[in-house]
Amino acid sequence: MAILMATTSSTLGSKREPATATAVGTRRKRPFLLDLYSTAVGKKYVMAISGIAMMGFVLFHMIGNLKMYQGAEALNHYAEFLKKLLYPLAPKGVVLWILRGGLITMLLLHLHAAWSLTRLNRFARAVKYQGPRDYQVAKFASRTMRWTGIIVLAYLVWHLLDFTFGTVNAVGTDGTFVRGEVYENVVRSLDRPVVAAFYVLANVLLGIHLFHGAWSIFQSLGWNNPRFNTWRRGFATGFATIVVVGNVSFPIAVIAGIVK
Amino acid sequence: MSHLKNLTLKVWRQSGPTDTGHFENYTIDEISDEASFLEMLDVLNESLINENKEAVVFDHDCREGICGTCSLMINGVAHGPQKATTTCQLHMRTFKSGDTIVIEPWRATAFPIIKDLMVDRSAFDRIIESGGFITAATGGAPDANLIPIPKPVADAAMDSAACIGCGACVAACPNGAASLFTAAKISHLNFLPQGQSERFKRTEAMVETMDEYFGSCTNHGECSAACPKEISIDVIALMNKDYRASKFKNRKELSR
Repeated sequence: MAILMATTSSTLGSKREPATATAVGTRRKRPFLLDLYSTAVGKKYVMAISGIAMMGFVLFHMIGNLKMYQGAEALNHYAEFLKKLLYPLAPKGVVLWILRGGLITMLLLHLHAAWSLTRLNRFARAVKYQGPRDYQVAKFASRTMRWTGIIVLAYLVWHLLDFTFGTVNAVGTDGTFVRGEVYENVVRSLDRPVVAAFYVLANVLLGIHLFHGAWSIFQSLGWNNPRFNTWRRGFATGFATIVVVGNVSFPIAVIAGIVK
Repeated sequence: MSHLKNLTLKVWRQSGPTDTGHFENYTIDEISDEASFLEMLDVLNESLINENKEAVVFDHDCREGICGTCSLMINGVAHGPQKATTTCQLHMRTFKSGDTIVIEPWRATAFPIIKDLMVDRSAFDRIIESGGFITAATGGAPDANLIPIPKPVADAAMDSAACIGCGACVAACPNGAASLFTAAKISHLNFLPQGQSERFKRTEAMVETMDEYFGSCTNHGECSAACPKEISIDVIALMNKDYRASKFKNRKELSR
């Protein structure tokens, strides 16, 4: 019995040991969703679903920002409209905060899944190949997901400090950051060439991340059908292109003086 | 028939599972271009034995590309540079005189090195044991074609069943994931009517056993590119879909 216990606990307790025991471990009992999330496949679902949510945000964020081409009033009015979503049915700002809460949750889930899967994958090949690898089909985008993701996250932090909190934004005429002056804040911030260059770079990296991610979603969620399989690559490329072209145009427009 | 001259082999030598191991250089002065890669290693071993040195240990069995025993990471590519080919079916004509060839074992935590280039792939057996079979009543063999199966379904199942379990997918995967192997073994049975009664039990058990040993899929597609049987990553999507279905279905059934 003691031997049996030892075998079982070694199969269960420490995962990913060399396969020696023939006993298949029974899984720990947990709530259904946690149980699903405990597997790598389950984490990939979370990755995909949170990815879809954030893709939706990124697309509408870009479309909303296009308002800056219609001038200061249009963009600032649009920013005000976001606070009044479903107003007067819901009090001002409530819907926006619900959406923000959802996005923050999705971001945290995306980060946690990425972190734990990366850890899992490092364990899965504890000793790396000692000779050089020659990848056959793995793309630059798929192999740099972690890096593009981390840089985009850093950019996100900067972006919030820039336009939401104003900590790193250039100050307005009266010497303070003015929250409601969205258009003016954009012009003041992106008029700095280094900042503009950072925005361009970060958005290109976001595009690279989306180029693999938007395709990867289909595989992770098992959306695989010969009828639309050929469209998956095109969808990801198209989506990434639209988002990048839109987003990159803003700093360029400010630098070029189109938006001023 | 011609010959290749002056080949340099950088071979991974490791005396046992706990040894750290190192690359060792060997020279092959001349070898026929019709020799298979493993025959070239046989020639090397002959000369090593003649010099009273220890032969290089590597996995091999059928040498006709159907058993899945041979392995080897050749110049950083699982099963070498030729597509859809196992190492035993790789011939020296794919190399040139004067080439340096780096030979390494499969590297994955679930595939511990036994010696030199030989690895223990029994983690695959654990996955198969957990559900890679159908429970059939014993007795007289049923008539062929007793169960009607549409031709496209039979073809799809056959494409998955082509998996020889060599482990190249794990070796090629930057994450050390066994998704292609597990998915091929799952879908080969899940496509067919005979596999339906245990479909969801199988999928859940095999995916979760895979999880105990291997990494996760990030959809690079390296596995499929390395696969000597060219199994498509479409089966991974099928596995992901069936896993989700099985979690919900099994939960419902258990609650009855």
